[in-house]
Amino acid sequence: MPANRFNAFTDYGIGIGLRVPHYAHILERKPVVDWFEIISENYLVDGGRPLEVLDDILEQYRVVQHGVSLYFGSTDKPDRSHLKRLKALVKRTKTPWLSDHLCWGSVDGTYTHDLLPMPYTFAAAKHTAEKIRYVREFLEVPICVENVSSYTEYHVSEMTEWEFLTEVVERADCGILLDVNNIYVSAKNHGFDPYAYINGVPHERVGQMHVAGHTKFEKYILDTHDHPVLDPVWKLYAHAIAQCGVTATLLEWDDKIPAFGEVHDEALKANQFIGGARAAKPLAPKKAPAHA
Amino acid sequence: MTDRSAKSSPAVTRAPQQVRTRRELAAFQRHMAHTLFLPLAPDDTIAATFVDGRPMEEVAAEFIRPSDRLTALERLEIYARCYWYRITASVYEDCPGLRALLGEARFAALVRAFLVKFPSRSFTLRNLCARLPRFIAAEPAWTAPHSRLAYDIARFEWAQTQVFDSAALPPLPADSIASTPPHRLRIALQPHLTLLASDWPVDRFVIAVKTREAQRAEASNTVTQTKTRRPRRAPVPARKRTYIVVHRYKHRVYYKRVSAAGFAILSALDQGKTLTAALTAGGPRASAAEIRRWFATWMELGWFCRRTPSRNKRVVRPS
Repeated sequence: MPANRFNAFTDYGIGIGLRVPHYAHILERKPVVDWFEIISENYLVDGGRPLEVLDDILEQYRVVQHGVSLYFGSTDKPDRSHLKRLKALVKRTKTPWLSDHLCWGSVDGTYTHDLLPMPYTFAAAKHTAEKIRYVREFLEVPICVENVSSYTEYHVSEMTEWEFLTEVVERADCGILLDVNNIYVSAKNHGFDPYAYINGVPHERVGQMHVAGHTKFEKYILDTHDHPVLDPVWKLYAHAIAQCGVTATLLEWDDKIPAFGEVHDEALKANQFIGGARAAKPLAPKKAPAHA
Repeated sequence: MTDRSAKSSPAVTRAPQQVRTRRELAAFQRHMAHTLFLPLAPDDTIAATFVDGRPMEEVAAEFIRPSDRLTALERLEIYARCYWYRITASVYEDCPGLRALLGEARFAALVRAFLVKFPSRSFTLRNLCARLPRFIAAEPAWTAPHSRLAYDIARFEWAQTQVFDSAALPPLPADSIASTPPHRLRIALQPHLTLLASDWPVDRFVIAVKTREAQRAEASNTVTQTKTRRPRRAPVPARKRTYIVVHRYKHRVYYKRVSAAGFAILSALDQGKTLTAALTAGGPRASAAEIRRWFATWMELGWFCRRTPSRNKRVVRPS
């Protein structure tokens, strides 16, 4: 199911994140790229080079907006001035869908600028879903929420992360940006089976996927986006597209960014797995037991 | 805008034992956030005690589940470090001149004190340093004995952030200036332009710091460590009254020196005075020929636009 209502029935292929070190290469060489994902916040400005570059990119490429500051799980009310800027950017980019994270990050108007994991409770899911609905109605664009990588769990949680994700997206009737690397990182940090996670989410709601590199430390794994994708993550990705169907996929590379060609080549490795999945008959959506 | 500190929010001493309502969710998030807002210890470990004086280890264990490899405190510490590293790095990136003036240790102390008092109140880190000049003015001890200079450098560096991505309105055509009598003509300055007067040549000081750091980066193989390299402390510049226009031209930020008279004229225009009043504010220091030449240059740079009721006044005011 590559095209569904959560990605506006598009089939975008393999994209990469639009990053400043690559601006000159992209604008001068005009490489063939299926699509670019932009960080919305980098373009929520009134003018200058960011918007000039964006407009040049939009003339030649398809762009999808990805955000880091909507904080669907925070109890702070949505900032309407922020949303107005975001809506103007949505009109500018004509993004078919918009994504942000299933997390919280602000309290009483003070921002942590981090993607903090939610307490996995029904009350938190209800609140988060209501906020997603509000934002979607304001922005008038389909929304996919992304699972975050996490380094902590809470005593108050009442369910697994994938049960919480499912509870939220079904209450909100929104899509999922399935970050396969984040699932792997959290699985290693918390000791759950990443395949059970992928089996457990509603596949028909997956509108986009992310892959990325991470860094192993002595006692935990950190989601650093500064390496090529590791083999276990590609294997997990192969499983994800076998379950969900071929889905718009994006490689995130945000630190120690190498040359454009290296990043693009890394992203295109996804084709190894996509070919097989395109040939295969799409699987029916299924749900695994919570702790399969 | 209200100043908020980590200690000003209510009811942060205990994490709720359950999250079954929105109110409990808010309390839970508030509690965790306030463990993160406390500055790290000098060795970059999480603060030893919470706002209520209890050991942080006890506080973390109340709401965080340990793993088979990490204690609750260690798990919380990952997030505390991420928070402080991220917001500190943002200030470091935006303030290379201030960092070079104060030296590493004093700059780090200033940044920590500033961020405790003025944590981010915006969805974007772009705005984090907006209140740094105000903080330096209010608490000069952090930058003494160079507080006035530090204040001006902070204003200058914040002006660059503003100018970089502020709006560009259609430049005022020359014929619209010529067709309006000077005693009725009110001209606005572009939003992407900031006027700044200082008792020091802060523009050349910051340029020298950036040039020196760029040269150090080129001479080093450790390119990836550029962001974290400690800059050498820069010598304090000699006093010299300086009038600077920080502006954007073809999407790049420039600093242009102007004379005292030119600065007075631009400031008057920015304050909404008529062209006649602005020229009067410039005083008798400049000849008519000089003023014509200045206006020709300013027009060429696209500094002027029509006044609009909704136009925001620029934040950085001449001192």
